[in-house]
Amino acid sequence: MSEPTGQDHIVSPKTYAIVAVALLVLTATTAGVSYIELGVFNAVVALAIAVIKAMIVVLFFMHLKYSSKLTKLTAISGIFIFLGLISMTMADYISRAWGRW
Amino acid sequence: MSDSTAIAHDAHHEHPPYQRHHFETVSQQFDATNFAMWLFLLTEVMFFGGLFTAYLILRNWYYPAFVVGSHQLSIYWGTANTAVLITSSFTLAMGVWCAETKRKSGLVLCLWLTFILGLAFLGIKSIEYHEKWVKHHVPGIRFSVENFTHPQTDPEVYNEYHDKPLSPDMASKTELYFFLYFAMTGMHALHMIIGIAILGYMIIRAKQGAYTTGHVTFVENFGLYWHFVDIIWIFLYPLLYLISRHT
Repeated sequence: MSEPTGQDHIVSPKTYAIVAVALLVLTATTAGVSYIELGVFNAVVALAIAVIKAMIVVLFFMHLKYSSKLTKLTAISGIFIFLGLISMTMADYISRAWGRW
Repeated sequence: MSDSTAIAHDAHHEHPPYQRHHFETVSQQFDATNFAMWLFLLTEVMFFGGLFTAYLILRNWYYPAFVVGSHQLSIYWGTANTAVLITSSFTLAMGVWCAETKRKSGLVLCLWLTFILGLAFLGIKSIEYHEKWVKHHVPGIRFSVENFTHPQTDPEVYNEYHDKPLSPDMASKTELYFFLYFAMTGMHALHMIIGIAILGYMIIRAKQGAYTTGHVTFVENFGLYWHFVDIIWIFLYPLLYLISRHT
C-alpha cells in the first residue's frame, strides 16, 4: 500500500512511554518557569510549551504522524482556520479604536 | 433475513463481520470513520476556540481583574490535574495498543485506569470549585468582590501575591474572569464526564471481547476524543493558572 493509513502502523508502548515522560517533564518545566519573573515572556514561554505539548499529543497519541495525507490535511486546515478566525477577530478589536488609546 | 438476501451476501465476497457493506475494504472503512472523527474534532476546536478568544480579548481589556482572579487558583491543584490527565492519555494510548495487538485483559485494565484517572481529575476539579463557592467567587447573586477591593481579607492569597486593592469598578470585572473560568473548565469537565461515561460502556464491551477482534475503530476514535480533551486542558492550564503569577 502506497499511502499509510491509521491502522497500518501500530505505535509501540515504548514510544507511548517516552511521549508520556516528555509531557510530564514539560509540565514540570512550565510550572517551574512560572515561578521565575520574565515579564511578558512568562506568557510566551508558557504558551510555547503548551504548543509543543499539544503537538506531541497530536503526532503520537493521536497518531497523526502515521496517518493518511487526508487526515494530516484535515488537522492542519482546522488549526489554520482557527488561527485565521482569531487573527481577524483580534484585528477587528485592535482597529476599532484606532488612534484613540 | 430472507433466503434471497442470504444468497446475495454469500455470493459477493469474503469479508470480516465488522466490515459494512458500503465499504470496499476494512482499510477504507477505518479511514472514512477516522476522517469523520477528525472533522468532529475540528468543530470542537471552533467551539472551544470561541471561549479562548473571549478570554484573550477580555484579559487584555480588564487585565488587573484577570490577574487577581488568576491568583485565586492553586498552581498545585492545576499541575496535579495536568499530570493526572496526561497519565490518563498514556493509559488510553496503551489501551489502543492492547486492542491492536488483541490483548483483552490488558485493554480492560487500561480502560479501567483511564476511567479512574478521569474520575480523579473531576475529583480535584470539584475540590477547586468548592473553594470558589465557599469564597463567594462563583458568578451570580452570591458573588462578592470583597477579596479584590480589600485583598487583606484573603490572607492566604495576599501573603503570596501582595495584590493591591482594585477600584470597585475594576474589581467587579473579576466576576467576568470567574465566569470564563467556570465556562471553560466547566465545558472541559463536561467533555470529561461524557468521556468517562463512554469509557464505562467500553469496559463492558471490552470484557465481551468486542475490541480485540481486529476491529479497533471505536477504541482508536475514542482515543482521539480523549486526547483532544487533554489538549484543551494543556492550553487551559497555562492560561488560567500560570501566566498571571508575576503581574
